[in-house]
Amino acid sequence: MQSVLRQFVVNGDDGAEPGEVLKLPGSAFAISEAARSGSLRRLWLDTFDWRLYRSGLTLEQISSRGSTDLTLTGRDGAILAADHGGNGPLKWPGGLDVLPLGPLRDQLGPVVGVRALLPVARAVSSVRESRVLNSDDKTIARITVDRMAVTYPAAGSAPPRVAVTALRGYQPQALRMVEQLAAVPGVGDGSASGLEVALAAVGRRPGDYSGKINVRLTPRMPASAAMAMVLTALLDTLEANVNGTVRDIDTEFLHDLRIAVRRTRSALKLAGDALPDGVAGRFRPEFKWLGDLTTPTRDLDVYLLGFPDMAASLVAATAEELEPFHDYLRRSRVAERRVLVRGLRSARFARLSVQWREALTATAAARTRPSVARLAASRIARAHRRVLRDGNAITATSPPESLHELRKRCKELRYLLEFFGSLYDPGEQWRAVRELKALQDCLGEFQDTQVQHEELRTFADQMMAERAAPAATLLAMGEIAAGLITRQRQARNEFAGRFRDFASPASQDRIRTLIGIAAA
Amino acid sequence: MKTFATYNIKGGVGKTATAVNLSYLAAHEGYRTLLWDLDPQGAASFLFRIRPRVKGGGKALIRGKRPMDDAIKATDFDNLDLLPADFTYRNLDLVLDAAKKPSRRLGSLLAPLSTEYDVIFLDCPPGISLLSESVLHAADMLLVPLIPTTLSVRTLDQLTEFIGSFDGSRPAILAFFSMIDRRKRLHREIAEQLPVERDDVAAAAIPALSLIERMSVERAPVTAMAPRSAAARRYGELWQEARELSKLPDPPAADI
Repeated sequence: MQSVLRQFVVNGDDGAEPGEVLKLPGSAFAISEAARSGSLRRLWLDTFDWRLYRSGLTLEQISSRGSTDLTLTGRDGAILAADHGGNGPLKWPGGLDVLPLGPLRDQLGPVVGVRALLPVARAVSSVRESRVLNSDDKTIARITVDRMAVTYPAAGSAPPRVAVTALRGYQPQALRMVEQLAAVPGVGDGSASGLEVALAAVGRRPGDYSGKINVRLTPRMPASAAMAMVLTALLDTLEANVNGTVRDIDTEFLHDLRIAVRRTRSALKLAGDALPDGVAGRFRPEFKWLGDLTTPTRDLDVYLLGFPDMAASLVAATAEELEPFHDYLRRSRVAERRVLVRGLRSARFARLSVQWREALTATAAARTRPSVARLAASRIARAHRRVLRDGNAITATSPPESLHELRKRCKELRYLLEFFGSLYDPGEQWRAVRELKALQDCLGEFQDTQVQHEELRTFADQMMAERAAPAATLLAMGEIAAGLITRQRQARNEFAGRFRDFASPASQDRIRTLIGIAAA
Repeated sequence: MKTFATYNIKGGVGKTATAVNLSYLAAHEGYRTLLWDLDPQGAASFLFRIRPRVKGGGKALIRGKRPMDDAIKATDFDNLDLLPADFTYRNLDLVLDAAKKPSRRLGSLLAPLSTEYDVIFLDCPPGISLLSESVLHAADMLLVPLIPTTLSVRTLDQLTEFIGSFDGSRPAILAFFSMIDRRKRLHREIAEQLPVERDDVAAAAIPALSLIERMSVERAPVTAMAPRSAAARRYGELWQEARELSKLPDPPAADI
């Protein structure tokens, strides 16, 4: 019923009573001594890539006196859904299945997806509530002073936060009081959320991780320094995802790690010559090793993530008949993950990580020609020409390999547009990428279904060899194989149209305009 | 939503003290509670330190020109709101007289509040009027304070007979002895005897205690300012009886 009217922070507070800190000299209002007090343990949850924060949502778990509440709030602080912890304390990190069925899980589902929710901040709040009294000694508002000691991701203490809640029927009086309070020296605006305040107390801010390449290049920057910036950002992303991959918090850590590796490899291939002599050649085999290390687990992840849809698509067979295949995939993943984790904990990986950063730091300091704008324009133009050349050569009778090659060329063009994206107008860049993305999706579907089809045969052979494949399961797998072929044919049929759109004169002009602007 | 009204034709029998204390107890148990101070003297509003004033007066409320929501004020206690008194309430009979179905008007004004409140208390002015008739129709239960005298028992019978003449739903009646002076033999005898003989008289009774009179000095319910006192315990017993008799469901779980 009562919502917070205004929030403040009090600077220079030394743990005194709110009534001592918040004095309203000459006012008709008085602030009482704390009437109620208590302490709360607060925990904020989000996905590693801040999906909730980016959607304007905050998920907070508050524990006090043996009870635990989980509350989802929107941008304006309004409560959207809550769970009162009837199922006991929840264990984090965890996927959505940690939460009981209900409105909270329903609201989080589309935002969180396959990612796990993990603690992003923890704090202990000491809360004191005082009353604001008018000249009749009637309470017109409540003031809570929240002193937060942050315990994670680092230790720190936040300045006291003061929240004023008007009592029903007393909003005008409470607003007058709030205006007076805002004018008190040392009292400042406190509209930041609890999570923002907690993170600010330890020098962090929400949303400080994204899988996107977040660098700000300037056109006249030396190409070597620009490439060092891009590659350092990729290394940061790669390293940020190692812990989550090793702990197997969710599948997307490995996915983001792989993308960072793939982008690094493409950058070395397409613009490695902008780095000092020998650097690209020295590290390319190492990143190939790292990429190969991650492939088997990711392939199994893709299968397992798609499993529910796959089982639901069966017409002749039943989902139960597919269960031995499901078991087989899970067992294989456990084995493959062991290899992956060993690799990520190896001296070879540690060396790669350290030496690569050293090489990039040295490169960033070097002053070389040409400018990044010239490098970007020439490499994007070349990659664009290659996509057009290879795409135009594809006919109805072309073998699958030629589509696979075209997919690689498309990826290279896409990566270049992303590496150098900050040089261009964001709207122009988005339009240039849009048609490329549509083409990539089609080629991706074509190749993924083919790879999955081939893998399915390998899995079937291995299951037979291990005597882990009942006939009914093999038949169900056969049905899935047939479904994959149908999807692949569909993608093949869509290709010509998608490529026509990409190769249209208007689309070609967009790419030329984009890089032309930057090179000027 | 259950509506309780404290009613007696006589004044000064403890209606307001009962409404104030029982509404506090209901709110304290977790019921979302509203107390409407219908008495133009505004004693209940005074006890909660709320100014007895409603913008547009009683006329605007009864005619529906001003939403009830706008006039409601929070008390200092969780879950307890008050619709303040206004001096214009002294003319409510005239306003009601001009309304359609005057005896049902209060009930229809309260109906939309059922999503917001679990319990409503109506603190009525003394006397028999169109307003009190409308209150009797709107209430699920009448809480009737009685001074332990033979005459007051007669008044209860008259009230019961009057309500018996209503068409449709009738409020339950729970009379209880109020302001019992233990030093008076007649008070003691009637207060002990009648609850045994009649099932519309509560076993709980409120003695005349100076602490109850102090409410007007402290400006708070005795159940809040001295929850362990004998006075608070008696009100507690009365509330339990009223709650059970009215079949009020358990309070809702704490709100988020």
